[in-house]
Amino acid sequence: MKYQSQQVAYAYFVAAMALFGIQVLGGLLLGWIYVSPNTLSEILPFNIVRMIHTNALIVWLLLGFFGAAYYLVPEESEREIFSVRLAYFQLAILVVGTLGAVGSYLVGIHGGREFLEQPLWVKFGILVAAVIFLVNVSLTFLAGRKTAITNILLMGLWLLCLLWVFAFINPDNLSLDKMYWWMVVHLWVEATWELVMAAILGFLMLKLTGVDREVIEKWLYVIVATALFSGILGTGHHFYWIGTPGYWQWIGSVFSTLEVVPFFAMMSFAFVMVWKGRKNHPNKAALLWSLGSSTVAFFGAGVWGFLHTLHGVNFYTHGTQITAAHGHLAFYGAYVALNLAMFTYAMPILRGREPYNQVLNMASFWLMTGGMAFMTFTLTFAGTIQTHMQRIVGDYYMQVQDELGLFYMMRFGSGVAVVLGALLFIYSMLVVRREVVKPGPVAVPGE
Amino acid sequence: MSELLTKSRARNVFYGGSIFFVVVFVALTADSHRHITRTATSGMELSDAVRHGKHVWERHSCINCHTLHGEGAYFAPEVGNVMTRWGVLDEPEMAYEMLDAWMQAQPSGIEGRRQMPHFEITEEEMRALSEFLRWADQTDTQNWPPNDAG
Repeated sequence: MKYQSQQVAYAYFVAAMALFGIQVLGGLLLGWIYVSPNTLSEILPFNIVRMIHTNALIVWLLLGFFGAAYYLVPEESEREIFSVRLAYFQLAILVVGTLGAVGSYLVGIHGGREFLEQPLWVKFGILVAAVIFLVNVSLTFLAGRKTAITNILLMGLWLLCLLWVFAFINPDNLSLDKMYWWMVVHLWVEATWELVMAAILGFLMLKLTGVDREVIEKWLYVIVATALFSGILGTGHHFYWIGTPGYWQWIGSVFSTLEVVPFFAMMSFAFVMVWKGRKNHPNKAALLWSLGSSTVAFFGAGVWGFLHTLHGVNFYTHGTQITAAHGHLAFYGAYVALNLAMFTYAMPILRGREPYNQVLNMASFWLMTGGMAFMTFTLTFAGTIQTHMQRIVGDYYMQVQDELGLFYMMRFGSGVAVVLGALLFIYSMLVVRREVVKPGPVAVPGE
Repeated sequence: MSELLTKSRARNVFYGGSIFFVVVFVALTADSHRHITRTATSGMELSDAVRHGKHVWERHSCINCHTLHGEGAYFAPEVGNVMTRWGVLDEPEMAYEMLDAWMQAQPSGIEGRRQMPHFEITEEEMRALSEFLRWADQTDTQNWPPNDAG
C-alpha cells in the first residue's frame, strides 16, 4: 500500500462483504419459498425478503465501488485522500441507513417502487453520503495527477450520484413514474455503472498485467464510448410497454442490441491485456476474477440481455422468468464478480500480506460462477416454458407456475452452491491466514 | 490504427458522442412525457382515488411479488390487466367487490400454494386500489400483454 489513507477501503470492503452475505442468504430463502411457498409466509412474506435481497445487493455493490474508489484514487492521483475522517463518516451514514432500511422493512415500513423502497430518511442519508463521497474524491483527484482511469471512474460516480435525484421523483401518473424510475435503474446499471466497471477493470489490468498505461487508457475511452452511445438510448428497451410512444420499440431494439458491444469489448480488452502483459503477478485469484467478471458480464448482460431485448421477442418474454435469468447473471458477472476481483486484489495489500488463500478464493469463484450459470439455465428453461404456456397458449399464471416446480427446485440447488461459494469467499478473505495449498516451484517455460 | 486513434481522440469522441446521445435522449423523454399525459393515459381521469390507490399499492410493496405492466417481481400474477381478466374494467363497483373479496380471502393457507399476505386495508383504501388498477389497465401499452392471462 503506497498511501496510508487507502486503508479506508478495508472498512468499506468488510461492510460490503457482510451485506453480500445477507444478500445471498436472502436469495436462498426466496429460492426456498418458491419450492415451499408456506415457509414463513405469515411473518416474513416474499415481498419483504425480496426487498432485503435486492437492496442489500445494490448497497453492497455501491460500498464496493466507493471502497474501490478510495483505494485507487490515491494511487492514481499520487496523494492521500482529502479527508479520511469524511470517508469513515460517509461509511457510517451508509451502514446506519442500511441497517435502518432493513429494520424498517422487517416491521413493514417501506416505499413501493421496486429497488427504491428505502424510507425517505434513508434516501436522504444516501444523498448526503454521496455528496460527501463526491467532495472527498473529487478534491483528491483535482489536487493530484489526473489519469483516464480516475477521470472515467469519477465521471461514472458523479453521474450515478446525480441520477439518484430521480429516486425522489415519484409522479402520480404510473406511466410517468415508470419512465423516470428507469432513469435511476437503467442509467445506473446499463450506463454509469459500466463506466465504474471499466475504470476498475482498467486499474486491475494495469496492476496485474503491467501493460503500458497509454494502451490501457486509450481502450478504456473506446469501451466507455460504446457503453454510453448504446446504453443511453438503449433505455428504450424498457419503454416498449409502459405507456411510452411506439417509436421506442425500434430505438430500443437497435441501441440495446448495441449494448452487447461494450461487454464484448471489456472481455476482449481483459484477455488481450493479459496476453500482451506477460507480467507474472502473484495474485492469480484476482486475475481469475477479473477475467471471469468480464466474461460472465458478456454472457449475462450481453448475450442474455440480447436474448429478450428485441421488441418482437420481448412482447412475449417481458416480465417472465427470462428476465429473472438475465438479471441474475448480468448482475453477478458485471458487478458482483468485478467487486470481488477488486477485493481479491486489494485485501492482501490492505492487510499487509502476500496474496493468501488463493486456492480457496479460486474455488469460491468456480462454486459461485457454476452456481450462477446453473441458476441462469434453469430460469431460462422455466421462462421459455412460461412464455409459451402463458403468452402464446394463454394459460393462467398460477397454472403455469405449478408446472415449473422442477426448475425451481434445481434453482434452489444452484442457490446453495452460490451461498457456499460466497461464504467460502468471505472466509478466505477475512479468516484464514495461510495458503492451504503450497504453490509449486517458480514457473519454467513449457515445452 | 494506433496512430489514427490516439488517447485524446478517443476521449474526445467519447465526450462529444455522449453529449449528443444525452441531448437526443432528453428530447425523446420530453416527447414521451407529453405522449403519456396526453394520449397513453388519457382514457380515464387521474382522480384522487387513483392517486390514493397508487399510494396503497406502494405502501404494501405489491411490486415485490406482482408485476405491473410486466415490471416487478415474478412471484405472483400480472396486475396491469387484472381488471380486464376479471371482466370488470368498466364496472367500478364490481371491480371493488372482486378485489375486496379476493384480498379478504388471503392468505389461503393451502399447503403448497403461494401465499398472499393479509393486508390491513380500509374500505376507502380498497376502493382506491381498485380504481388505481382500473386506471392502470386502460393505459395504452402498445397492446401488451399478448392475452388476458397477463
